[in-house]
Amino acid sequence: MAGDLLKEAFPEAVLNIEEFRGETSITIDAGKIREVMTFLKENEKLGYDLLLDLAGVDFADRSPRFMIAYLLHSMRFNNRLRIKTTVAEGASVDTVSDIWLAANWMEREVYDLFGIQFNNHPHLKRILLTDDFVGHPLRKDFPVKGADFDQPLQVCLEEER
Amino acid sequence: MGVEAAATASLQEVINWARKNSVWPVTFGLACCALEMMVASSSTYDIARFGAEVFRPSPRQADLMIVAGTVTKKMAPMLKRIYEQMPEPKWVIAYGSCACSGGIFQTYNVVQGVDQIIPVDVYVPGCPPRPEGLLKGIITLQQKIAAEPAGQRNLVSLPWGNNG
Repeated sequence: MAGDLLKEAFPEAVLNIEEFRGETSITIDAGKIREVMTFLKENEKLGYDLLLDLAGVDFADRSPRFMIAYLLHSMRFNNRLRIKTTVAEGASVDTVSDIWLAANWMEREVYDLFGIQFNNHPHLKRILLTDDFVGHPLRKDFPVKGADFDQPLQVCLEEER
Repeated sequence: MGVEAAATASLQEVINWARKNSVWPVTFGLACCALEMMVASSSTYDIARFGAEVFRPSPRQADLMIVAGTVTKKMAPMLKRIYEQMPEPKWVIAYGSCACSGGIFQTYNVVQGVDQIIPVDVYVPGCPPRPEGLLKGIITLQQKIAAEPAGQRNLVSLPWGNNG
């Protein structure tokens, strides 16, 4: 249903439609993400008014390297949809935080842990890790134990500086 | 041993006795170990038997910090600040595997043992340790306090530095 409507409205943006056990996954061209998301939210027959989750995936050996998955829910039709888009390393995606406010912190989390940039995000800074953290830990090439695992932790309070 | 030395030694014993029977912990829990710590203050385990039932909500009034749970690197500065805010004499129990050594979390975001940040007196391993473990830890700490020699700590600690 969502796939057909999307194909009709954005024939060139829909790259792939997948059905698995009643779940629909649609791969979208990253450049068109804002138009597609606005359509999915505003369309009378779809009404995906809730962004459940926004997640990054690192495929390491694939090109483009990263994927962002948007999990949408339609409160009106009790219906779910997965939108995927691929991002190359160093590339950026448009924010959807003005379409769903919930995306604000989720995009910050993806930026924090994967280093994917979001264009026009109102406050794109680290959300979970400290501001001086180096690296993006959920990337596949990040060492699990971190770079300084066997070093004692130096804690310097503000007043001691 | 002169009269003065004998008097000082016995004075130290009295002080140690007073200190060890009123070890007030600061209310400080970081993870699931904190729940076991709370249970230790329930009627079943009754931490009050050891004079340690008064969990103070302010570090200024506390003698003991029970580091109950995983210390993340983001939490480490706050933990150190709370410890620094506690007046002397003060003690630390590392409660649970994570506080002792980082436990199962050998990752980039967890401190591998709270002793990297603050000095620890008693380690209680376990994941999480049962409340009996905390009671054992407090008893061990009491024995340690009772054995403190004279002169190891100042008898009186004043914030402006004029220590007795």
